[in-house]
Amino acid sequence: MTQADHDEPVDSAAGALDDRPEPTPKKRDWVLFGLRGAGQTLITAGVVILLFVVYEVWITNIFTHIEQTKIKNQLVQEWAKGEDPIVGLPGTNSSSIPTGTGIANLYIPRFGQDYQFAIVEGTDQNALAKGPGHYGGTALPGQVGNFSVAGHRVGKGEPFLNLDELQPGDPVVVQTASTWFVYRVLGDTSTKNLTTPDAQGVVGREIVAPSDGKVILPVPNKPGTAASQALMTMTTCTPKFTATDRMIVHAVLATTYPTSGAKPPADLLAAIGGTL
Amino acid sequence: MYVWIWHHLPGNAWWKALQSLVLVAAVSALLLFVIFPWLEPRLWFTKVTVGD
Repeated sequence: MTQADHDEPVDSAAGALDDRPEPTPKKRDWVLFGLRGAGQTLITAGVVILLFVVYEVWITNIFTHIEQTKIKNQLVQEWAKGEDPIVGLPGTNSSSIPTGTGIANLYIPRFGQDYQFAIVEGTDQNALAKGPGHYGGTALPGQVGNFSVAGHRVGKGEPFLNLDELQPGDPVVVQTASTWFVYRVLGDTSTKNLTTPDAQGVVGREIVAPSDGKVILPVPNKPGTAASQALMTMTTCTPKFTATDRMIVHAVLATTYPTSGAKPPADLLAAIGGTL
Repeated sequence: MYVWIWHHLPGNAWWKALQSLVLVAAVSALLLFVIFPWLEPRLWFTKVTVGD
């Protein structure tokens, strides 16, 4: 027999007769047999769980990266044609944008020069698997109100992995078809205190329960209050690898720059003291 | 189970080892690309949104 004949284990010489278990153990061997079975089951479970960790922190990043590349390219093409997924729709508000559509680019210099994510519309699991997602119904970039974005902390591109590293005054740059928006993280820039509230009582960073939707209100934590400034809020899970609480970072719109070509304007780069 | 599989793989030890690797790779791929993507949305620790 050649080796090629061995491809089908079922066709091996012994055939169907060998589908029964190994030669029946003697009675006193049953304990050994059971222990071995239990051991193998536990080892198998351990390996499967390890594989799941690999999937969560590594494989999902690959999937998200593929989606991000698609969405970024689509945005570049649309913007080059003068189309804007945000204002291109009649009577635009965010609920008329299809879930999963790219709407803007996000740059956070604190997270490194190569940090760039396309923000997609919607915060369901499918949208967030593509990238940071805009909460439907909250303000759009630059609008008065609260432009709110959720993002994964670990895996799925992990856009908000280092959200805890943001300091008061750090720029968060959002690029749309027409405008570059520079938001600045709230808090006291001189003492670096993220919990110092601004005039409306909004802090730079807070940790809340997952059920606490008030942090994405037009004025965070102030139901019924009319918004007077353009805020941005980012939400992710905390501590890392858990979903126990939510880390919330609030920023306020500082300056805007009209888009001219694909490159960020020179005065924007000067204002944030770096490159994108 | 593993002993049973080993006994039923044809060929000599090297050939069996090679087939074992292929089996491990196939099961891993099934887990990573089919079972885990299906399972994950049903788990609780990947939520990052507020108010739900």
